[in-house]
Amino acid sequence: METAEPFSMKRYLRPDLTLPFCVGCGCVNVMGSFLRAAHELGHKDLSKFVFCSGIGCSAWIPSPYLMGDSIHVLHGRSIPVAMGVKLMRPDLNVVVFGGDGDIAGIGLSHLIHAARRNLDVLVIMVNNMIYGMTGGQVAPTTPHGLKTTTTPYGNFEYPLDATRLVVTAGASYAARWTTVQGEELVQAMKKAIATKGFAFIEAVSPCPTAFGRRVGFKDVAEMLRWFRDNSIHLEQASRMNEKELKGKIVTGEYVHREIPTLTDNISKIVEEAQKSATA
Amino acid sequence: MAKKVMSGAHFWQGNQACAEGAIAAGCQFYAGYPITPASEIFEHMALRLPQVGGLEVQMEDEIASLGAVIGASWAGAKAMTATSGPGFSLMQEMIGYAFMTETPCVIVDVQRAGPCTGQATKVGQGDVMQARWGIHGDYAAIALAPNSVQELFDLTVRAFNLAETFRTPVIVLGDEIVSHMHESLVVPAEEQIEVVDRKKPRKGDSKFFMLPEVAPMPSVGEGFNVAVTGSTHDETGRRFTADQAVHQRLVKALTGKITGNASKIVDFEAHGMDSCDVGVVSFGCTSRAVYEAVELAREEGVKVGFVRLKTIWPFPEEIVREMGQTAKKIVVPELNMRELFYEVERVVHGAAPVVSVNKVGGGEMITPEELLAEVVRSVK
Repeated sequence: METAEPFSMKRYLRPDLTLPFCVGCGCVNVMGSFLRAAHELGHKDLSKFVFCSGIGCSAWIPSPYLMGDSIHVLHGRSIPVAMGVKLMRPDLNVVVFGGDGDIAGIGLSHLIHAARRNLDVLVIMVNNMIYGMTGGQVAPTTPHGLKTTTTPYGNFEYPLDATRLVVTAGASYAARWTTVQGEELVQAMKKAIATKGFAFIEAVSPCPTAFGRRVGFKDVAEMLRWFRDNSIHLEQASRMNEKELKGKIVTGEYVHREIPTLTDNISKIVEEAQKSATA
Repeated sequence: MAKKVMSGAHFWQGNQACAEGAIAAGCQFYAGYPITPASEIFEHMALRLPQVGGLEVQMEDEIASLGAVIGASWAGAKAMTATSGPGFSLMQEMIGYAFMTETPCVIVDVQRAGPCTGQATKVGQGDVMQARWGIHGDYAAIALAPNSVQELFDLTVRAFNLAETFRTPVIVLGDEIVSHMHESLVVPAEEQIEVVDRKKPRKGDSKFFMLPEVAPMPSVGEGFNVAVTGSTHDETGRRFTADQAVHQRLVKALTGKITGNASKIVDFEAHGMDSCDVGVVSFGCTSRAVYEAVELAREEGVKVGFVRLKTIWPFPEEIVREMGQTAKKIVVPELNMRELFYEVERVVHGAAPVVSVNKVGGGEMITPEELLAEVVRSVK
């Protein structure tokens, strides 16, 4: 059901609030992409959604700015709360927004288990490769060698590929795009919202304040050019070797498959338990 | 559908009584993580909840367990988790979240011997203060302390009712002995069990937090566009991360709704309070030895007053203070190295000396004879 009305982000936002994001922050793009997707799927409002988020800049995308129900949880713990919501209200679309620190750092085990269970929620991980809200500390997604406030001599660890991880763990849908690929991001969001089962979108997103500035990008535009020039499509990447792929952002749809979901499986069990108890 | 309330006389394990109490109170969601000595609650819920249309899930850890419980609560369900010491420690941040967001939920802590992994299969009572002060920042706790299988049923029902009434996490502070013993109990008829449901908002309401009379609680998906946050917020849920006045107003409201209603929450039994020589304050499994010690003391001509706490938090201050006015000495037996003792001492405030009787580990209880010895020593 496509709507004829033109897209307006404002329509989905609480009217009396000003967005808190820094100039050039990718959170605004991610928010816009999601709302565009909701609009294109025919949602005139957000009444069929519940948003959960943890702690970090991107956790503020839904809370409290989106005009809908939002649960702003502890750092790293949005996915378990989303699971409780989804199990009791399988009719609602439950969407988690979180940063790379929130989702792939402190909350990583919840991400893996949500994918394993095929929990029917959409997790949108805004990957800015840094702990932005706390001022630029190294993240599990920070490229090797980069200087951050807690790796002043360079990051001596290797970054985690969260998208490939959830594919392995059992996700129904997984895609990675940067905020530069706006249209691809919107289309991925649409697919992810419509997916039955666990859906994951990694939106690689600029943090000019706590990442770009320290890494040496002179402005947001330069950072976005870096995103664009460094992005390799999954198909192209499949023909490249490890050395050639070093430092590249591999974008595209990693998986899209149908697997019975957690809510399907649980409701079957409840039905059977009720039958056997009364038999 | 199977029977929700298993009315009638039974011979049950304490953990089973706890699970059945939860179901009788209307619990529809259980999330847990295996831990001794609480696992039987989970196992019984796993068997029974689906039969009555509820859901249970095993999460990846205790943090996630309470997280899922909180999510289910905001989706409109009465929800519970159960754990023991190490898991209770892990849950503390999430308990703070439930307190801050006024999320009704029940957490059963079956105490075992700590600290740390300690003795997983052996009884302890070392979580008294953690139940009160475990979270960071200001807090007012509700913790109930069953001392029999019957009470594990009754107080679990009450825990749900208090959680729904005050929109706050409620802790059932049990212990391994009471949880693992089998005892007779009577489950009342369904219509005789008082069940309280949370107050719901009316269409057009927009204030869902920190009201002095306890704000109505919308569920997600009801069209209220509720914004829930563990950050400082006002009545509408709007976040204020720097405003002093809003923060103070919020913290006062959250703690005030518990402390201001303490008289409605506090529950205890008191025996022989008039002209007692010695007073005993106790709770949980330890209190079971006190009844016999009181009888033994009477045979020796010592009059013993006894306060048995059914709520530890809020602490029944008045009755303990009253005891301090009459008793020449107050004895506090507990399976830890002094926790409840400090609270009794604070409340008695020097009116009578307070003596501690302690034992920890090995599954050993304080015996009536050991208690008697202390009681008799107190009057000599």
